Amino acid sequence: MATEKRILVYGYGNPGRQDDGLGVEMVKMIDAWIEKHGISCMTSENNYQLNVEDAETISKMEYVVFVDASKEDIREYRFRKVEPSDKKLEFTMHAVSPAYVLNLSKELFDKTPETYILAIKGYEWDFSENLSDNAKLNLEQAYQFLIRKLSNWSGVSDNLPISMLRELA
Amino acid sequence: MSKKITIEPVTRVEGHGKVTIQLDDKGQVSDSRLHIVEFRGFERFIQGRPFWEAPVLVQRLCGICPVSHHLAAAKALDVIVGAGTGEGLTAVGDKMRRLMHYGQFFQSHVLHFFHLSSPDFLFGFDGDPLTRNIIGVIQENRDLAVQGVMMRKYGQEVIKHTAGKKIHGTGAIPGGINKNLSLAERDELLNGEAPLNADQMVEWSLGALDFFKAYHKANVRSIDGFANFPSNYLSLVRKDGALDIYHGVLRAVDAEGQRILNDVDYQDYDQYIEEEVRNWSYMKFPYLKALGKEKGWYRVGPLARLNVCDFIPTPLAQKELEEFRAYTHGKPNGMTLHYHWARLIEVLHAAEMIRELLNDPDLQNEDLVTKGKKLLKGVGVIEAPRGTLFHHYEINDNDQITLANLIVSTTNNNQPMNTAVNLTAKSFMNGRPEITEGMMNAVEVAIRAYDPCLSCATHALGQMPLELTLLNSKNEIIDQKIK
Repeated sequence: MATEKRILVYGYGNPGRQDDGLGVEMVKMIDAWIEKHGISCMTSENNYQLNVEDAETISKMEYVVFVDASKEDIREYRFRKVEPSDKKLEFTMHAVSPAYVLNLSKELFDKTPETYILAIKGYEWDFSENLSDNAKLNLEQAYQFLIRKLSNWSGVSDNLPISMLRELA
Repeated sequence: MSKKITIEPVTRVEGHGKVTIQLDDKGQVSDSRLHIVEFRGFERFIQGRPFWEAPVLVQRLCGICPVSHHLAAAKALDVIVGAGTGEGLTAVGDKMRRLMHYGQFFQSHVLHFFHLSSPDFLFGFDGDPLTRNIIGVIQENRDLAVQGVMMRKYGQEVIKHTAGKKIHGTGAIPGGINKNLSLAERDELLNGEAPLNADQMVEWSLGALDFFKAYHKANVRSIDGFANFPSNYLSLVRKDGALDIYHGVLRAVDAEGQRILNDVDYQDYDQYIEEEVRNWSYMKFPYLKALGKEKGWYRVGPLARLNVCDFIPTPLAQKELEEFRAYTHGKPNGMTLHYHWARLIEVLHAAEMIRELLNDPDLQNEDLVTKGKKLLKGVGVIEAPRGTLFHHYEINDNDQITLANLIVSTTNNNQPMNTAVNLTAKSFMNGRPEITEGMMNAVEVAIRAYDPCLSCATHALGQMPLELTLLNSKNEIIDQKIK
């Protein structure tokens, strides 16, 4: 197992706005999973939104997964690769996107980690800390998908503890 | 035929708004307005909640400046729990909050200058929009862009170590703080591996000032003449007149520098300040009661703070203030684009203050909280990066919030932003047959100088699009741009 942390799961959104907290909630689940299985090559981050300095953070990684809530018409979740060229040159900081951060990493630090966004469908966006019931179901499905991906990337799937194999079954 | 132009969204502004420009039959700008287009009532939402939740709940207002709201709410609740108004906290309570605030100030100002404004300075207001952005900055001046990112990161690290966590930080609580700064945290911030240490931040702050001053020297006319207008200025100052962004008394001066609000206690802010509602904007228009609606409006933020204070209590920033003041022969500076100059002086001051505080052993003290006799009303005022921020709460005997009134920085700057837009529209658009991207950007440059946070200003949350529209004298849309 690699000891250097090269895989980053980055959840963002406002947990004070119901399902907008899906990304941050996913990070909590991933943190527990990382700790439970002692996986040292992964790390996590969370914030209200993505910021320019995140370019420096992701520049040190090989794989990055941004996790965000989605209002779009998708199924339970959607996982897709992000390319630097997807960036939009807008500067409303609410709108800094994973592609924008990735492009900054490329331009500023000559690093382009393999980057994905895991969008989880949300439904309710009011002033509340609690996820909606449907969002919780989507979160669980997205979580099961994500830990499989992370296991493959980290190389630990060849030598998984039994408890983890059960989770992935 | 007269025309009306609306710009929405204004890019590189936090949140969104709409600019409408009205042209008369001769193609001259007859009026312009900056509108805010969405409203959700945060002040009503918070009513009925236990008061001690406020410093965390208010961070839902905005993901841009949660620390400012966190601290302003905590200061108001200090009063309610009997811990006094600013001076009542323990040394570690006061200094940890200040460190958090300077960290927020530093990173917010850095983002604004390096990421949002430097493209205009490197490429000109009417430069090619394909290069007039951060990617263009990187290609033109990579070191500057890297410095901007690393300075942001440093400010965020200061916040992390003082607020406890990035989301819904809990560092400030009514009457004090919930953690001190460990020696390991102090050492990391003070002497961390280059470039993330306090000395480097001071050095880079000086470099950013040099960058602006060189640009200013080469473009004096376009900088100084851009939306230059007289106004009043308001900010907190320390009781001895020093620049103090965390605590002090309220002072306002007029365009000649004469005091029009003389170091008053902000607990009584509603005796001096009133907010006007206009039917075309959700954002209110504050003014000094004594001067009335027409003459009582004022500017807040970096330019106002440097016009209002007597001195800056850190040596390098004080030296820069003297140069800034000498430029207008000691009179208040009304040049909108000098907000950027003032902002960079404050970046330097914040870096110096962070370094000074990190060397203060009080930050490792254990007496975190002060308590006293509970009161039913408290007002907290702080200088947020964008300007003076008011939080006012009243509670009942069950400790529930019964009233919340927030006057955020951007609201304080509402009339000045409208004035700046109007001047810019007239300067760039009068008699022009069509609206070019450069003209549109000039209007945006005027708004951006104030670094507005429109989602805060309407107490709304989430994304708010913004547009520019041109209308003729019959209110018919003849051009509309959305970015």
